[in-house]
Amino acid sequence: MADTARDPPPEHTDFHELEDGEDLFPEQTGTLESEPASLAAEDISTNSNGPKQDSLFDDDPEDLFAEATEEVSLDSPERDVLLSDGPSPAITPITPPCSVITPRIGLAHDDMFTHSSFDEIEEEEGGDSFDMHISVSDPEKVGDGMNAYMAYKVSIKTSMSLFKSREFSVKRRFSDFLGLHSKLASKYLHIGYIVPPAPEKSIVGMTKVKVGKEDQSSNEFVEKRRSALERYLMRTVKHPILLKDPDVLQFLESSELPRAVSTQALSSAGLLRMVNKAAEAVNKMTIKMNESDAWFEEKQQHFENLDVQLRKLHASVESLVCHRKELSVNTAQFAKSAAMLGNSEDHTALSRALSQLAEVEEKIDQLHQDQANADFYFFSELLGDYVRLITAVKGVFDHRMKTWQKWQDTQMLLQKKREAEAKLLFNNKPDKLQQAKDEIKELELKVQLGERDFEQISKTIRKEVSRFEKERVKDFKTIIIKYLESLVQTQQQLIKYWDAFLPEAKAIS
Amino acid sequence: MMEEVNEVTSSLSVHGHNIKVTEVLKDGDTLTFLVVSQKLSGTGEYHVDRTYDDFEWLQQHLFSQEDVPGIQGVIFPSLPAKAQVNASAKAMKQLGFLGLGEWLPYCKALESFLRQIVAHSILGKNKAVEILLTSSDPPGRQRVKKNIFNRLSQAVEERRKEGHKDVDEFFQSERVRNLVLTGCAKTAAERFLDVVQSEQKIAVACGHFSASLHLCVEPGEDPDKQAFSKVCVKLSEVFDSMKKNMTSVAENNMNTLGLGLDMESRCQEAEKEMLFRRTCKLVELETARRNAEKAKPLKKAAMEEEKKAAETEFDHICGVAKQEVARFKAARVEMLQQALVQWCEKQLLTAKETADQFNQHLQAFRGMA
Repeated sequence: MADTARDPPPEHTDFHELEDGEDLFPEQTGTLESEPASLAAEDISTNSNGPKQDSLFDDDPEDLFAEATEEVSLDSPERDVLLSDGPSPAITPITPPCSVITPRIGLAHDDMFTHSSFDEIEEEEGGDSFDMHISVSDPEKVGDGMNAYMAYKVSIKTSMSLFKSREFSVKRRFSDFLGLHSKLASKYLHIGYIVPPAPEKSIVGMTKVKVGKEDQSSNEFVEKRRSALERYLMRTVKHPILLKDPDVLQFLESSELPRAVSTQALSSAGLLRMVNKAAEAVNKMTIKMNESDAWFEEKQQHFENLDVQLRKLHASVESLVCHRKELSVNTAQFAKSAAMLGNSEDHTALSRALSQLAEVEEKIDQLHQDQANADFYFFSELLGDYVRLITAVKGVFDHRMKTWQKWQDTQMLLQKKREAEAKLLFNNKPDKLQQAKDEIKELELKVQLGERDFEQISKTIRKEVSRFEKERVKDFKTIIIKYLESLVQTQQQLIKYWDAFLPEAKAIS
Repeated sequence: MMEEVNEVTSSLSVHGHNIKVTEVLKDGDTLTFLVVSQKLSGTGEYHVDRTYDDFEWLQQHLFSQEDVPGIQGVIFPSLPAKAQVNASAKAMKQLGFLGLGEWLPYCKALESFLRQIVAHSILGKNKAVEILLTSSDPPGRQRVKKNIFNRLSQAVEERRKEGHKDVDEFFQSERVRNLVLTGCAKTAAERFLDVVQSEQKIAVACGHFSASLHLCVEPGEDPDKQAFSKVCVKLSEVFDSMKKNMTSVAENNMNTLGLGLDMESRCQEAEKEMLFRRTCKLVELETARRNAEKAKPLKKAAMEEEKKAAETEFDHICGVAKQEVARFKAARVEMLQQALVQWCEKQLLTAKETADQFNQHLQAFRGMA
């Protein structure tokens, strides 16, 4: 049961992603299988185990690839070991002789394996509908000083057969979440899946917590983070493909999780930077894509607009939250002054009424604070999440462009090689001819793959966007209903308070 | 106590308790107020246009009734500071609640000023009152002579007298109480003003959010797009409701308790001024007594005369003041009670209406497939 459910995302051998400035075809022109897959430019993690990859991050002196020494196949029992510190093997065997790869004759070069098996997964699991509830709770400070960190309890309740138990929990720290995200991003972003972004890192916020300031702002920070982590996990598991990813499952179930390396670079802010850099690079390459599909053009514009609107709404809500908090402070101040007035008053009944007034105002202040929290945690964070999600969406569209570009480039190269071959024929150089023919064969396959990659990513994006749009509506509705419930509750409390105060006011004389 | 007949007595031809200041018109830089009063006989009404200067004219007349014995013991109804179109920020701050709400609270304050005057046993008899309320011509802009009541003219040295120890326990304790209450009331009014201004800001923010949501409406036949657009439109309605609610809450606050606290603050100030005048008179009296004692035989008689006059005047003032303090206490309790009851009733009503509205929105969202 569990085994079939855990069909790993298939290894693919030569899914070769470009880094900025990197040559389309590195020197090694061996067999396809021996070409290392490399990272999406957006991926910041240590998931590349290709040799001679320059570190993308000047600020990270650590040799990211020091441990990238082992060959792995996804079916290999070493898998679990290698999911630890270091590159995730989920994508890449390093120097895979064919034997290591699950032999699927004829599909050895088939990167579509990646996608078609995902399709299978989606269709397969039709019976097990999504039923999962994750909560992140009990933030606990572990350690002291600048090495301290917050550990969070992640509790899962589910009836899905995907999991070993129905209710279980694990302890995770923030960098674990970042590590999970980076792995997912490196596996799925470049093939068109919208991977939910992880919560932002915050040096200031975390430092306060580490230093041990037990004040309201650091409590607020921890709560904000806890909530963000919860939403992040829920979004991730709601994705039918991501849910079944072994990294996700390990994250949710494993009692011990090896520390994610170099999370400085893994933050979603860093991801955002990378995405933006990639986007800029795409623009610089002046990809004038012959968009044959109007759908994509329209959707890209749609997301641009949505981005602008959501940011505006987000700013609006932030302002509302700010004013609400100000109202709370002012109400508390007024309550105090009303109390003083009541104390100084010598008319007994009036004095009592004024003291009651002060109490009512204090209670109303609490309502304001609760409402400000509702404003924030429901709307502000929702909108913030979606602004970040759209960044991921845009990234996925950019990947498609790059995939297209790669395909086109391969085609051009093939053309060149063909011309070169023709020349060789003309000049009658039989020894070089064979090599040329081999190269051409290789390129022809590559072109095919390039085209299929492009078609596949386009197909995936269409599905993902459709899913995104549906989820968006559901998400917003759910949050809005919760928010309205909070509004109704506030009003009902207010009614109670006023009802209680009225006789006091009337009793003054 | 008040045997002498006041030369300027007249009986008012209108009711005092239902005087209304119903409208305010902006004429360039001037604000004109419409004062409506009901005739005592019959069912007629007087409608007169008055500017702030006219109210001040009345106030000056009341202040200058020097021949009314003990007039300085009167706690004069407080006239708000001058309202101006395009007032400076400082002026608006000074006005506090009265500067808000399109001058409606200000009109209420003027109303209260007039009603208190008419109801006052001494002040209501002044002819100027009738003129202000009923004369079709504005009372004229002639400046009445400056009088001792104008606090601004009181020299700085006089302020020292404020702390002068009293001879009467009643007044000593009243002065202390008044000092505390004046401070408390002023602070409470200012802080409540901050509350109202925050509420107004929230209303504006909700309005912005509501408007921005309309920009998210996407045309097209895509069912997902339509679903999202529908969500945006409905949410926009929710925030509209929130805006209306906050606006009502702020208005309720402003027009009832806000106004009440403002009045209380100004009334305590008025009492403070009266007590101060009395204290000054006390100082004068004590000086006169000392002078009479120390006087050389030549001046003795004159000093004795002065001493007697001072004593009489002081007695009159104390008599009036005692009555005034009692009246004042009862009046302010009643005023505050009314303010609190109205405030609570209005907020209760608003809360109920809003709860209904929010509930409707909630049901609508739940029902949205």
